[in-house]
Amino acid sequence: MIDVLYFAWVRERIGLPRERLETGAATVAELVEELRAREERYAAAFADLASLRVALDQELSSFDAPLAGVREVAFFPPMTGG
Amino acid sequence: MRVAVQSQPFDVGAEVSAFTSGVRGAGAVVSFTGLVRDEGGTLSAMEIEHYPGMTEKAISAIAEEAVGRWSLADALVIHRFGKLGPGEAIMMVATAAPHRGDAFAAAEYLMDYLKSRAPFWKKELGAGGEAWVAAKDADEDALKRW
Repeated sequence: MIDVLYFAWVRERIGLPRERLETGAATVAELVEELRAREERYAAAFADLASLRVALDQELSSFDAPLAGVREVAFFPPMTGG
Repeated sequence: MRVAVQSQPFDVGAEVSAFTSGVRGAGAVVSFTGLVRDEGGTLSAMEIEHYPGMTEKAISAIAEEAVGRWSLADALVIHRFGKLGPGEAIMMVATAAPHRGDAFAAAEYLMDYLKSRAPFWKKELGAGGEAWVAAKDADEDALKRW
C-alpha cells in the first residue's frame, strides 16, 4: 500500500487530497499510467507531466524514479513559495 | 537557525529585533519580508496551500545550505499558509553574518530557493474569480546563478 497525495490544482482536478492505493507500479511513471487509466479526472490531472512535480517520501524526485520502499508519493504543480 | 511554518500572522519588527539581539559574532543582519500584493485593488485574498511535513524539511535543508555556504551566524525563515489579505506579510527571512555581503547573498539565496523549492502553492481570489499562481520560468532560472 502506498499513500498518494495531491496538492493545488492536481487536488482540485482529482477531487481529493490523498488516497491509499494498492499498486504494482515499479516507477512513478508506471503509477501515473495506472492512475490515468482509472478515470477521466485522473487523465485530466496527469495530461501534461511537464507541468507536474513529484515528491517521494517528501523529497523532490522524478517520474523515472523507482517506487520500491516508498511510502508516500505526492503530485503537485511547480511550487510558488516566497 | 529557526524555521516556522504557520497560519498565524507574525510581527516583522519583533522578529527582526529578537533575531538581532539573539545573534552572536555577526556584524550584519539582513531581513526580507514578502507581502501580498493587492494587484491594483483587484485581489481580495490569497490562499496559500502547503505540504505539511515536507515544507518544514525542505525549508530547513535550504536554510542549512545557506548557513554552511556563507558561514552565517544565524538564519530565520517564517512562512505562512492559509488565507491572507492584501498587504499582509506572507513570509520573511533574516540572515546574520560577519559582513553584509554574505548576509545579503544568503538572504537572496534563501528567497530564490523558497520560491521554487518550498512546497507552497498560491491561489489568488478576486473579483474575477480564483486562479492558481503559475510558477515563472524566471524563478527557476534564478536558481542557476547559485
